[in-house]
Amino acid sequence: MIKAILIFNNHGKPRLSKFYEHYSEDTEQQIIRETFHLVSKRDENVCNFLEGGMLIGGSENKLIYRHYATLYFVFCVDSSESELGILDLIQVFVETLDKCFENVCELDLIFHVDKVHNILAEMVMGGMVLETNMNEIITQVDAQNKMEKSEAGIAGAPARAVSAVKNMNLPEMPRNINIGDISIKVPNLPSFK
Amino acid sequence: MAEVMLPLWFSHEAKELYSNQSIQEAADQDMSPSVRLQEMIRVIRGARTQGEERGVIQRECAAIRAQFRQADNGTRSHNLAKLLYVHMLGYPAHFGQMECVRLIASPRYNEKRVGYLGAMMLLDENQDASLLITNSIKNDLSHSSQYVQSLALCTLACMGSAEMCRDLAPEIDRLLRASNSYIKKKAALCAVHIVRKVPELGELFTPAARALLSEKNHGVLHGAVVLITELCERNIDTLEQFRKVVPELVQIMKGLVMSGYSPEHNVAGISDPFLQVRILRLLRILGRNNDTASDSMNDLLAQVATNTDSSKTAGSAVLYETVLTVMDIKSESGLRVLAVNILGRFLLNNDRNIRYISMTSLQKIVQTDHNAVQRHRGTIVDCLKDQDASVKRRALELSLALVSAVNIRSLMKELLLFLSSCPPELRAHTASGIFNAAERYAPSQRWHIDTILHVLTTAGGDVRDETVPNLIQLITTATDLHCYTVHKLYRALVTDISVQSLVQVACWCIGEYGDLLLTGECEETEPVQVTEDDVLDALETVLQSHMSSPATRGFALTATMKLSTRITHNVDRIRSIVSIYGSCIDVELQQRAVEYNALFKKYDHMRAAVLERMPVIDKSSPGHTNGESAGGTIKEMEPTKLTNELVLPKEPANQVCDLLDLLGGPGEPLHPTPAPSNTVKGPVMSTSGGDLLDLLGGLEVTPAPPCVKVYEKNGVTLKLQTDKQTDTGMNITLTATNSTEADITSLTLQAAVPKSVQLQMKAPSGDVIPAHGLGLVTQTVLLNNPNKVSLKMRVRVCYTSQGTLCQDMVQIDSFPSPTW
Repeated sequence: MIKAILIFNNHGKPRLSKFYEHYSEDTEQQIIRETFHLVSKRDENVCNFLEGGMLIGGSENKLIYRHYATLYFVFCVDSSESELGILDLIQVFVETLDKCFENVCELDLIFHVDKVHNILAEMVMGGMVLETNMNEIITQVDAQNKMEKSEAGIAGAPARAVSAVKNMNLPEMPRNINIGDISIKVPNLPSFK
Repeated sequence: MAEVMLPLWFSHEAKELYSNQSIQEAADQDMSPSVRLQEMIRVIRGARTQGEERGVIQRECAAIRAQFRQADNGTRSHNLAKLLYVHMLGYPAHFGQMECVRLIASPRYNEKRVGYLGAMMLLDENQDASLLITNSIKNDLSHSSQYVQSLALCTLACMGSAEMCRDLAPEIDRLLRASNSYIKKKAALCAVHIVRKVPELGELFTPAARALLSEKNHGVLHGAVVLITELCERNIDTLEQFRKVVPELVQIMKGLVMSGYSPEHNVAGISDPFLQVRILRLLRILGRNNDTASDSMNDLLAQVATNTDSSKTAGSAVLYETVLTVMDIKSESGLRVLAVNILGRFLLNNDRNIRYISMTSLQKIVQTDHNAVQRHRGTIVDCLKDQDASVKRRALELSLALVSAVNIRSLMKELLLFLSSCPPELRAHTASGIFNAAERYAPSQRWHIDTILHVLTTAGGDVRDETVPNLIQLITTATDLHCYTVHKLYRALVTDISVQSLVQVACWCIGEYGDLLLTGECEETEPVQVTEDDVLDALETVLQSHMSSPATRGFALTATMKLSTRITHNVDRIRSIVSIYGSCIDVELQQRAVEYNALFKKYDHMRAAVLERMPVIDKSSPGHTNGESAGGTIKEMEPTKLTNELVLPKEPANQVCDLLDLLGGPGEPLHPTPAPSNTVKGPVMSTSGGDLLDLLGGLEVTPAPPCVKVYEKNGVTLKLQTDKQTDTGMNITLTATNSTEADITSLTLQAAVPKSVQLQMKAPSGDVIPAHGLGLVTQTVLLNNPNKVSLKMRVRVCYTSQGTLCQDMVQIDSFPSPTW
């Protein structure tokens, strides 16, 4: 099971933090700091696996990380996951991000955190790997984004309709309409404000 | 091995999208939800100090809170998105919880999306608010849009509590059977979460899981395999059931392995390695301890092992999983050999990741296939010298597992070398591993002592507390090496007194075997000219140094005292040292010094006997294992013994003389008082003196060995039983009972023995014997008979019965033998 997925930059600032097990807010921040501390000490040409820090489960849990330019992608997993498989999963994740934001960079992750969460939600669910086929993931994410966009168009409509009607300048309604022998009494409606 | 490294670059200028102007324009143009979030992010990032950032965030949070309280406007989702960003940075965001609940209930998709995301980040099963979303989730699970359904599934799988899972499990089951593949795969993983929370619901999902195996969609298959794995791990019966699907799984695997290039699932030339790895893992669980299942897998595993290309990580992952499966099931021997060879190849791989993985897997199989792993010992030992800390750790674990009687010497050399250069976090583990290995396979005692001393000098600060008494016990058993040991330890002490454990052992040895040190001759090592002053100087340095812990100083003081009987010239110096410490601030040291002082002044005649060489400590005695408790009782007994010491001399001296007369001779080493025993004066450490107090093994109460009545008068009965008997001594217990109407008070027992026999009486359990046989008083007596004379004992019984003082004498000529 994947316990947590963290993305932070070379200075330890978190860019994405997703925990699949419950920790208190303070513990979460401590875990991020501790993980950054452990991972930043590593050389460039050592292996990508680390035994986890004390806070996130100690020796049973491993940190599997990949360093791309200014960002660290860290997956904290327990012993039931295949380490090399997770390493490949990180690669698939980054490639998907690259496809969704053209030539992704750190700024994209900063300003579109919610989108990154949505993409991640298509890949990992409840701590387990859901989908690894990049095209499939991208198709689903695109469809969901389209749904959001179409709603935004419709969602704007009621508000605009109301404001349009409020601004209408209705002339005074006649009290009585006399057409020949027919007399229609118009009820006294409250003004439509 | 170069995987594609994506060039992520961080540059403000490169992306115009994020400049201030463009964000403002976007805000004006359309109402896309993320704009306000971006604005806030830009502002937060513009803060130059931590304080400024906090100020900005507090303002934003206040604004968000105000907006939450207002009625519905179109900006609720933006506000929650902003709040989640702030939460990620580490600021409190719990006031957003109710907003999440509200947003989830909204009919609009983008609000639901943010609401569910917020629920996953801010809510958990401990919060009450999480129960409120159960109903929303239930409704959304039957929503017409699959994306809404998937949101609900995702959230339930992430933070669903046990009650929520129980409520919604039937829904999930329905989705598992009848929906599209997108939903099915999500429902499968959601079911895994439910089973983890509420294991009993596993039975509910079993039929659906079984049916999912015939799906073609890889995502669904993957989810199904994960679900089946979880079910089998939790329930043995389910495991039995699913054994029947092994042929089906084998078919699926074959299809994956033998199929040609499939662009959808291809990762570096392997067709869906993630699914392959999952299936292999499930096969492992199903084939464990079961011959038929294992047989049906054999061919497949051989095929995968030979056909998979391991030049990329994906292939290695599959191979690694195959090897683990082969080793875990009942595979045929040819296959096992193949598997271990693959691991050996991995071990020589240049890629550090692969080496790490192969060592992890070797660790798992070292218990069962020890010889196969031994073949790779050389490579593993080389990995100890790798620069990578993770690889070092793996190599250490594996080396410790590979230690055996055959390779102990060479392997220990490597381990000791490693200890001197290993990273600090591995030191304690290495030291204890070395000790265990040395204890089990030491080829000789001298080698054993040398190894332990080496470890103490290199890493003495990181060893456990039991090392010191264990080492002391080891030294006492190696009787022919005392001279060598004490020379070595003296040299170590003179060089460096900072390592407490080493100093403690050295002090103890010098105290015990100081005479061997001073004679100057030793076969095993170069002799060194040591004078008495040198030795006392060394011990005094330890006593006065600021680096010495209180326990170490206790050791040094006792050692100094012991030397008073082993050296000839400088006894006055020792006397002065001991009297100085009689006013030491440390209470433990002060008590010892005062007692030693008393030994010099009043009990000088006993000093030699008290400070004699200690006998070999028996490691398996109860005193050894009940460390604290035995130590505790001894500390309690000390004051009673001392009070007895004070009480009895007050008695009229003529009584003592009477005993002298009876036994016909002056100058008898009479011990009517329980003397302070040398075990008490030994290095009683406050933490673990237990095993050195072994001589009190006689205190154990044995179940009814034969009792001999030695005295019966006036209703008072005195019985004797032998607890322990050796060639040179015995421990006996005297039991007094009272069958009269009234209690017997002031009971005292005194004993006298022939010359050359040493007597030690322990404190009695009390001095009042209750009436009517309702209770008894016991007293243990230890006899030490080194010259093996025939043992006789005279016991004088004094007590007050109904107001009258009675005194009697009993002679005991023969002692009963113990039952064992």
